[in-house]
Amino acid sequence: MHREVLFEIVRTAVAILISLFVVFLIVFLVSSQPTEALSKFLIGPLSKVRYFSNVLELSIPLIFNGLAISIMFQAKQFNIGAEGAFFMGAVAATVVGITMNLPRIIHLPFAIIAGSFIGGILLFIPAILKSKWNASELVSSLMLNYILYYFGIFIINYYLRDVNAGYMVSYPLNSSVLLPKLMVGTRLHYGIFIAIAMIIIMYYFLYRTKWGYAIRMTGLNEKFAEYVGINVKKVILYAQIIGGIIAGMGGAVELLGMYTRFEWQKLPGYGWDGIIVAILARNNPLLVPVAAFFLSYIRIGADLMARMTDVPSEVVSVIQALVIMLIAAESFMAKWRHTMVVKRAKEEFYVNNGGSLQ
Amino acid sequence: MKEILKMQNITKVYPNGIVANKRVNFSVNEGEIHALVGENGAGKTTLMKILFGLEQPEEGAIYLNGKKVSINSPFIAIKNGIGMVHQHFMLVPSLTVAENIVLGIEPRKRGFIDFKKAVEITEELAQKYNLKVDAKAVVRDLPVGMKQKVEILKALLRGAKILILDEPTAVLTPQETEELFEELLRLKEKGHTIIFISHKLREVKQISDRVTIMRHGKNVGVFKTSEVTEQDISKLMVGRDVVLKIEKTQHKPGEVVLEVKNLTWINEWGKPTLKNVSFSVRSGEILGVAGVEGNGQRELVEIITGLRKFDKGDLLLDGKIINNLSIKERRELGISYIPEDRMVYGVAAEASIAENLIADRFEKREFNHGILTNIRKIASFSKYLIEEFKIQCSSFNQKVKMLSGGNIQKVVVAREFSSGPKLLIADQPTRGIDVGATELIHKKIIELRDRGTAVLLISADLNEIMELSDTLIVMFGGEIVAYFDDLSKVTEEELGTYMLGLKKQSYEEIRRVLYA
Repeated sequence: MHREVLFEIVRTAVAILISLFVVFLIVFLVSSQPTEALSKFLIGPLSKVRYFSNVLELSIPLIFNGLAISIMFQAKQFNIGAEGAFFMGAVAATVVGITMNLPRIIHLPFAIIAGSFIGGILLFIPAILKSKWNASELVSSLMLNYILYYFGIFIINYYLRDVNAGYMVSYPLNSSVLLPKLMVGTRLHYGIFIAIAMIIIMYYFLYRTKWGYAIRMTGLNEKFAEYVGINVKKVILYAQIIGGIIAGMGGAVELLGMYTRFEWQKLPGYGWDGIIVAILARNNPLLVPVAAFFLSYIRIGADLMARMTDVPSEVVSVIQALVIMLIAAESFMAKWRHTMVVKRAKEEFYVNNGGSLQ
Repeated sequence: MKEILKMQNITKVYPNGIVANKRVNFSVNEGEIHALVGENGAGKTTLMKILFGLEQPEEGAIYLNGKKVSINSPFIAIKNGIGMVHQHFMLVPSLTVAENIVLGIEPRKRGFIDFKKAVEITEELAQKYNLKVDAKAVVRDLPVGMKQKVEILKALLRGAKILILDEPTAVLTPQETEELFEELLRLKEKGHTIIFISHKLREVKQISDRVTIMRHGKNVGVFKTSEVTEQDISKLMVGRDVVLKIEKTQHKPGEVVLEVKNLTWINEWGKPTLKNVSFSVRSGEILGVAGVEGNGQRELVEIITGLRKFDKGDLLLDGKIINNLSIKERRELGISYIPEDRMVYGVAAEASIAENLIADRFEKREFNHGILTNIRKIASFSKYLIEEFKIQCSSFNQKVKMLSGGNIQKVVVAREFSSGPKLLIADQPTRGIDVGATELIHKKIIELRDRGTAVLLISADLNEIMELSDTLIVMFGGEIVAYFDDLSKVTEEELGTYMLGLKKQSYEEIRRVLYA
C-alpha cells in the first residue's frame, strides 16, 4: 500500500517537473529576458505579502470546486456542473445580499446557505436524470452549465443591475453580508476558514461515515455495491447533490469575500479548475488544498511574469495541460511500477519457497 | 517429429503481483494435438495468452521453427501462423458468419466490401476443412457449437498453422464435442498443430498425442498421452493422491427455508432460459445444482439473490413471498450469496480488506458511533474474521487486489458466512482457487449446514457437487431434469447422462424436491 502511495507521489512530481522543463524551454525560446521571467514565475509570488495573499485568495474557490468535483468523482459520477453551480451560488448570494436587510450574524450565513442550497438543487438535475433514465451526467451537466450561465446573467441584468454604475454590475451588496478581510492591505478573507472547515468535514464524511463509505464503494465497483445491498441509485443522487452544495457554497463565499457587487459577465472558470484540482489530488479531500495551492501558485506566478516581463501568462496553460495529460495517462511510468511489482513478487517468492524461481 | 514451437523460461507477473507463470518451458511438435492441462488458476491460459501476444512475459523467449520470435501483439502472432479460439467467443453477434470470418481482411470491389466474395471464401474454406457452417446465417442465432466452428474458420483463414483452443468443450454438448474432435483430427491430418487447453481428463486421453501438465504456474510434467493414466495426470494436476474426500456427518433436514415455484425467465431474444422451475431447500441441508454451464443456473441464482427482476413465478423465504424485495431487504432476511465472479461482484478490489468485510453491514449500529464509523469495532471485527478464515495478508488495511485468488475468495466467504445466514447461495465457491482455500471453504459450508443454514450449491465441478451436496438437482435447458435424495446411489456417469439431456426423470420423481 505504501508503495502505491509512493508511486503516485513520484508520478505526480515527475509530471510536474517535465511540464516545468517544457515551460523553461519555451521561455528560453521566446523571451529576451529568460532568467528574469523564470524568477518572477517561480519565486515572484513569495516576494511580497500581497502576492502571496493573492495565491491564498485564488486557492479558496479552487478548494471548494476541487472538493465538489472530488466527491462526485469518488462515486464515479463525472458531473462537471460545478462551474454552473458555483456561478449560481454567487447569484443566489447576490440576491440575498441585495434584497434583504438583516443583522450580519444572520445575513451572512443565510447568504452562504442560499448559495449552497441552490447549488445542491441544480446538480440534482443531472443526478436524477442519471439515476432514473441513465442519461450521462457528463453530457447533461456540461449543457446545464450554459443554461445556468445565461439564467444567472438574466437575473442579474434584468432585476439587479445598477444602471448608474456605468458598467454591467449589480447593485452593491449590503455591507452586512460581506465576509470580513483577514489582513489589511490584502483581499484575503475569512472564507479561507470556511474552506478549511469543508476540507476536514468532507474528509471525515468520505472516509469516516457510512454515507461516504457507500459513495466510495459505489465508485470503486458499482456491481459489488449493488450486490452487497447498497442502494446505488440513492448514492448516485446524493453524491452529486453534495457536490452541488459545496460548489454553490464556494460561489457564495467567493462573491461575499472578494467583491462588493456581482461583476461576472462570463463564467469565471473555477468549476473547470476544480476538475484539475480533483485529478491532481486523486479525489482525496486532504490533498485538495495542496493541489489548489499549487495551481493557484503557478497562476499567480505566471501573472507576475506576464506583467513584468515579455512572456505571456498563457504558459500556465501549457503546464496544466502537460501535468493533466501525464497524470491521466495510465501507462505513464507504468513500466517502472510494473518492475516494482515484479521485484516484490519475486522477493516474496524467494522468501516463501526458500530458493530461486524454479 | 520436428519441434515447431518452444517457449522457454516464461515468467509472467500480473500487475496485482500474482505470479501466473514461473519459468515455464513448453514445447510442441509439428502436427500433433498437444493437451495443456491443469486446475483453474494453474497458468494455462496465461501461457497461451503470451503465445498469442495478448500478454507480455517478464522473462523468457519463444522459438518458432527454431527461430526466436518476439510476439508483442496478436497481429504478430497471426502473422506467424498462430491462431487462438478463446473460451468466450470473439464474434460480432449481429453480423453473418461470412462477415465475421472476413472481418478486417474483407474482399473489396470498387472500394466496397464484396459480400458475395466473402460468402464464397467462407464456403470454400468450410468445404476444404469439412467444417459445415451456413455462411449467410447471423451469428447471434447460431448454437454454441456452430459459433466455435466460425471461430476456428476465422483462425484458419488467417493462415493459422498452430491453433490454440482454450477449453473448447466447456460449453459443448457431448455430441458437439464428438464432432469437434473429428474436426480436430482432420485438421491434424492436414498438417495443423493443435494446442488443446482443458481440465477434462477423459477428453485429453481421447484426443491428444502428448500432454503438458501445469500446477501453480509451473510445468510439472510432459508425457505421451498413451503412456499415462487419467489418475497419473490428476495426481500431478492437484499434487496429491486422493482427488477430494470431504468429511461430513449425515444431514438432518428441517423446515423448508427457500421455496421456488414455477419460475420462468425469458431472455432478451425471446428464448426461455428457465422453464417452470420449482424446488425447495430445507434448513440443515445442502442442495446441489449440477449441470453444464449455461443451462439456466446463472439466471436462477440472480433471481433468488435479487440481482435480476422477474415476473413469472414465486420465491418464498420461510413461507413469505419475497419476489419484489430489494437486495438489501433479502440480505436482511438472511440470504447470503457467494457470487460466481468474485472480482466483479464479490469484492471492491481497490478497497481494503476491512472495507470489503463490512460491506453488507456497514450501516448497522454496532459499526457506527453516532454519525462516524466505529473504527475500533471494524478493526477488531476484521481481525477476528482474518484469523477465523485464515486470510493471508499483511494487515486488514491491505488492498484486496494485492491478495491471491484463494485469499480474495476467503474475504468474500468470511463476509457472507459471518452474517449468520438462513439461506446461503454458493455459486462456484471454490472456482480457480488453491487446494487449501478450497478445503477451508468446504469445511465452513458444512459448519453452516450443521448450524441449520439451508445451502444452495451451484458448481460446475462434479467432484465438489457429489462430495458436498446432501441432495441434488440437475438442470438442463432451463429445466430441472432430475432429483436425487441419496447421492450414494448415483454415479458420475449417470449424472452425466442427465446433465447432457440424454435422460430425464418423470414429473413425479422431480416433484419430490418440493417436500410437499
